[in-house]
Amino acid sequence: MALKEKLISSFMAFEERVNADEELHEIRTSAIKIFEGKGFPTKKDEAWKYTSLNSLLKHNFSVFPKSEVSIGIADVKRFFIDETDTYKVVFVNGVFNSFLSSTTHDGIDVCLLSSAISKPKYREIVDKYFNKIAVKDETLTSLNTAFASEGAFINIPKNKVADKPIEIVYFSTKNEDNLWLNPRNLIVVGENAQVQIVERHQSLGSDLVLTNSVTEIFVEKNAVLDYYKIQNDELEANLIDNTYISQQQGSNASVHTFSFGGNLTRNNLNFYHFGEHIESTLKGVTIIEDKQHVDHYTLVHHAQPNCESHQDYKGIFGGNATGVFNGKIYVDKIAQKTNAFQQNNNILMSEKATINAKPQLEIFADDVKCSHGCTIGQLDESALFYMRQRGIPQKEARALLMYAFTNDVISSIKISSLQQRIMKLIAKKLGVDLGFNL
Amino acid sequence: MLTIKDLHASVEDKAILKGLNLEIKAGEVHAIMGPNGSGKSTLASVIAGKEDYEVTQGEITLEGEDISELAPEERAHKGVFLSFQYPVEIPGVTVTNFIKTAINETRKAKGMDEMPANEMLKLIREKSEMLEIDRKFLSRSLNEGFSGGEKKRNEIFQMAMLEPKLAILDETDSGLDIDALRIVANGVNKLKSNDNAVVVITHYQRLLDYIVPDYVHVLMDGKIVKSGTKELAFELEEKGYDWIKEELV
Repeated sequence: MALKEKLISSFMAFEERVNADEELHEIRTSAIKIFEGKGFPTKKDEAWKYTSLNSLLKHNFSVFPKSEVSIGIADVKRFFIDETDTYKVVFVNGVFNSFLSSTTHDGIDVCLLSSAISKPKYREIVDKYFNKIAVKDETLTSLNTAFASEGAFINIPKNKVADKPIEIVYFSTKNEDNLWLNPRNLIVVGENAQVQIVERHQSLGSDLVLTNSVTEIFVEKNAVLDYYKIQNDELEANLIDNTYISQQQGSNASVHTFSFGGNLTRNNLNFYHFGEHIESTLKGVTIIEDKQHVDHYTLVHHAQPNCESHQDYKGIFGGNATGVFNGKIYVDKIAQKTNAFQQNNNILMSEKATINAKPQLEIFADDVKCSHGCTIGQLDESALFYMRQRGIPQKEARALLMYAFTNDVISSIKISSLQQRIMKLIAKKLGVDLGFNL
Repeated sequence: MLTIKDLHASVEDKAILKGLNLEIKAGEVHAIMGPNGSGKSTLASVIAGKEDYEVTQGEITLEGEDISELAPEERAHKGVFLSFQYPVEIPGVTVTNFIKTAINETRKAKGMDEMPANEMLKLIREKSEMLEIDRKFLSRSLNEGFSGGEKKRNEIFQMAMLEPKLAILDETDSGLDIDALRIVANGVNKLKSNDNAVVVITHYQRLLDYIVPDYVHVLMDGKIVKSGTKELAFELEEKGYDWIKEELV
């Protein structure tokens, strides 16, 4: 049976397993119908021109994990940014792991989507927000919605500031069949509230896994959200990340994406504005080699006047790696005084590495400042000679230049332990031990 | 200190140095002068080990050791310093972090531990004061947006920090006003000792008023065609190079 048919038939079995909430049942059923009608995206779809799922989808996947696994903190603590000083919502093969987690309902809610859905207390929030900003006719998002049952639920009520960062971590382990995971996160940052969140998907083995994740985030009036995605997975792991962010008046939302690992990674990152004086920041560092593939597909929809968006993506590609940056900025006719900036800089370290960069600006207002800049180049040989002349060996000199190249993004990380972690990951990736902060 | 014998070097199959000989002893200052395109900067780059240049013949020895096959960083570790005519801008790396890395990588190569942070800070303060460098300047990105004078002063600051055995100053005077020239020359003079040597590459005699050479060499068409004392520099300033060409014919 082809994968598409298998997933559709799995849906019937899935529906029997989960609680048949009438409204959710309807949402899921209409979602699977969209997936049934559209199927998987192919390279004929404009949005998937540079990323092919074909060879991946030839494999057999199952949405039902078969093995019960026990993981100790010692096995995974290196994947957390802090052992004690963060809230944690941790899943293993899509199933919540209470032992590794550190949830709370003290002032803020950091818990499970499944429990939020089943508790009357959260009914109002779930009804108001769940599946409201995720794009309904997007086929992979719909596939996730059909199977949406588990993920993180974060609710920061009005005027609350989360007292420590929140980590959302999805582990996968060896399983009888290749795993197809459908994590679903719902995050609400209330009026004037603030929160910092770190999300990570991590395979603990070398088995094929595909994660098709959907995260809906609602940033209410004057709220502040800082979101960080660490994508440093094993080489058999694949991730399709669909993140939808709704912003209200005066809010400030940033997403940093660090893509260092995995086989295929696709980031669909979408920002929608529903008020004035909004600020949106999208930044990323991609460092990949071998046959790795990372695709950033971003959208900022400026629908109201006086808003700003800043995009800054840096990519370093070695081996046969391929990168894609497709940055779409949409400015509605009424969105006057929009400031929208987009920057995408790439370094190709080998002759066989590829980057496809495509800025896409659709501007219907006439009083706006929009700019985009894209560069593709190699490391500056004259800079390398200069550094080597001062005694810095070639490998370290290259690393230093790459550090410097990514510095604009790294320096804007607001959680210092995370910043240290990212710098270490980059140093490890570049095979150097440079003990300084830029 | 440095012995160059019958050095031939080319870039992209074009011969630039064509049998150059030079002997520099510890404690000496040598000036190399010559018209544009005579190979002055090539000589500096070849001694420093720039890989674009191919040494096709001859040898370069530093304290008796042939360095012509060594990587640029290995030559630096042995005490070769080149003050660049056009220092490269490196956005995102501050002056302080760059020099710290350079010093510690050099120490690492010599099997030494990293320099303790307080010692490093003290050294940076001392050397930056000597070159009248503002503290704020040290936390800026290396050479990015620096004026010509700031770039050159920064080169000499790095030289002061690294304390090389052989310092080659490639057109260090270009882009300097008279005050900056005095500060830079003063710095170089303070660093001069009986254990190191300085090679000054310049177009003009002006710098040699401040850094007084023991020997002056004229480089033409890839060879040293005339050597003399500092008086030769005055003569060149006055008469240009044509008379040497005629002399050669």
